[in-house]
Amino acid sequence: MANIKELAARQEQLTGGHRLCAGCGASIAVRQVLMATEYPVVVACATGCLEVSTTIYPYTAWRPSFIHSAFENSAATISGVEAAYQALRRKGQLDQEYRFVAFGGDGGTYDIGLQALSGAAERGHKMVYVCYDNGAYMNTGIQRSSATPFGAWTSTTPVGSERAGKMQTRKDLTSIMAAHNIPYVAQAAVSNWNDLIKKAEKAFEADGPAFLNVLAPCPRGWRYPSSETIQMAKLAVQTGFWPLFEVENGTWRVTSKVKERRPIRDFLEPQGRFKHMFNDEQALAAAQQWADSQWDRLHAMVE
Amino acid sequence: MAKTVAITGNVACAHAMRQIDPDVVAAYPITPQTTIVEEFSNFVAKGQVETEYVTVESEHSAMSACIGASAAGSRVMTTTSSQGLALMWEMLYIAAGLRLPIVMHNVNRTLSAPINIHCDHSDSMGARDAGWIQLFSEDAQEAYDNTIQAIRIAEHPDVHLPVMVLLDGFIISHAIARLDLLEDDQVKEFVGAYQPGYHLLDPQHQATMGAFDGLHGNYFEFKRAQVEAIRNSKQVTIDVGKEFGAMSGRSYGLFELYEMDDAEVAVIVMGSTAGTTRAVVKELRADGVKAGMIKLRAFRPFPAPELAAAVRDMKAVAVLDRAESVGADAGPAYLEVRNALYDSERRPAIINYIYGLGGRDVGLELIRDVYSDLADLAGGKSVEAVSYLGLRE
Repeated sequence: MANIKELAARQEQLTGGHRLCAGCGASIAVRQVLMATEYPVVVACATGCLEVSTTIYPYTAWRPSFIHSAFENSAATISGVEAAYQALRRKGQLDQEYRFVAFGGDGGTYDIGLQALSGAAERGHKMVYVCYDNGAYMNTGIQRSSATPFGAWTSTTPVGSERAGKMQTRKDLTSIMAAHNIPYVAQAAVSNWNDLIKKAEKAFEADGPAFLNVLAPCPRGWRYPSSETIQMAKLAVQTGFWPLFEVENGTWRVTSKVKERRPIRDFLEPQGRFKHMFNDEQALAAAQQWADSQWDRLHAMVE
Repeated sequence: MAKTVAITGNVACAHAMRQIDPDVVAAYPITPQTTIVEEFSNFVAKGQVETEYVTVESEHSAMSACIGASAAGSRVMTTTSSQGLALMWEMLYIAAGLRLPIVMHNVNRTLSAPINIHCDHSDSMGARDAGWIQLFSEDAQEAYDNTIQAIRIAEHPDVHLPVMVLLDGFIISHAIARLDLLEDDQVKEFVGAYQPGYHLLDPQHQATMGAFDGLHGNYFEFKRAQVEAIRNSKQVTIDVGKEFGAMSGRSYGLFELYEMDDAEVAVIVMGSTAGTTRAVVKELRADGVKAGMIKLRAFRPFPAPELAAAVRDMKAVAVLDRAESVGADAGPAYLEVRNALYDSERRPAIINYIYGLGGRDVGLELIRDVYSDLADLAGGKSVEAVSYLGLRE
């Protein structure tokens, strides 16, 4: 992998001037992922914060070619672009080599876009799909998704006398994608840039589809100061809320290097969305239990 | 030299696709379209096309992949029916709004519920406002011919819009018909090489497509430009139809006039029922009745002034709709034709028949009934404005 000096010298593919919030994890994820290849890329993007904030007509923050068509279909859209590329290359109408990447939030990936993603992965398009997971529908105002953690307040899982936050645990999308037996699947976080860029490099050079699930904290939805995005991602990794791992040609490997896992409350406490849980020991215990079982399951896959 | 064959409408459509040899096809099987994708798969398997064939997991992804592929500067085709078209609905508008010249067959089948696999036009009528050009076919020959012409119409620089080629499910798609296939080289030359505008795979010029219009508000102007483009497609459709005629001996326009020179009554109809109607007109003509038929080929753009001019001197006209616009108390084609006549100083009496829903058979007898009603109407008798043909009541 290129060292940090070399990476810094690479041209930014997502330019400044876009309208994403200060402290947005999504733009950090995009910039790190796109640093990982020197080939020209074509980007597809699902409807969401990233899309609406970076392509406000007549401006664009994207240096590479970019397409947005709808919400649930960025994987299908990029698969069409890649198919055109294969056809034009085969017919000798295009010399330039490209890489293809689709970005979607967790709503556009875990929920409404899961079918299109699964289909594109199964068909074996040479493409990288990146989910920037901020754990809710942030673009429409913080509604719960299947990536929203247990207990979290969202605008559709409010805190009341009968219910307090999301009642269900998160969907394990990274494992679902690993079950597609595609060449490369990894979970990464914007805090661990070295790890993320290495994984993105592997994803771009995989011989087939690759999937990256990148934790991208959201100050608005998680209710923390916008200067703390990287710290939130670090806590997610250190508490085992978001273990870093990869599945390379079927082999699982943990890349987190967490010496001593911290309790899940260290991740929950600084975020306003979990505030109500600190009056409810049972809820906190359930959150810890979920983190423990996820950690054990992952380590069982590695052994 | 053309080759005369006996094949189904679907196989004819698959042959048109083979001869066009598009860069990308992304399609999903659905009754009654399935044999198009099966036949095309055979061409792919045998290396008879160079197409990248994307076997998607749904029609929504079919149209999404077509949008990606077309935006990448390649020539793209797909094919669907009924529920598949309905599942694509969101993406139909996006394909048209992004001005992507995708060509698609829709093998007309009704929409659920109740689930029914047979022919009517309710699927494509539901998509009539999506911004696609819609061309109906009377038989397998026309479905084949329309497919080839659709490429030229869609990709014309004054148009740059997607085209839906419509053929009646089972009646055309599965019946074996005699038709003439053009030579592969003729088709190749006729469609020519695709010259895309801005696209995603131009190494010299990066493009952002599908940008967000939320703050500055140009949506209205983009839609107005789309309207201009589909208006332009009228002349392009006529020109391409003439050029196709010079090559094949079969010319096409926005609609076909049959026995209309001195006709006093006429039926306006789309799809395979035009064949049935033609047979009835022949009988009536033999009996000395001044009956005619207008077979509508282009439903979008709707040739309103042209149709108004074609019927201005007639006494009575019946519009046959193989779709119901539930709640409008009339069929969609009737409403369009009636609207087209509003400003005419001279116009015929006009009635509407809803027919053939869910594949209900329409034989000569029912069409004779229509002309009999038209004779009554022309003679000054009162006839119900909208009625159901072949309904069990």
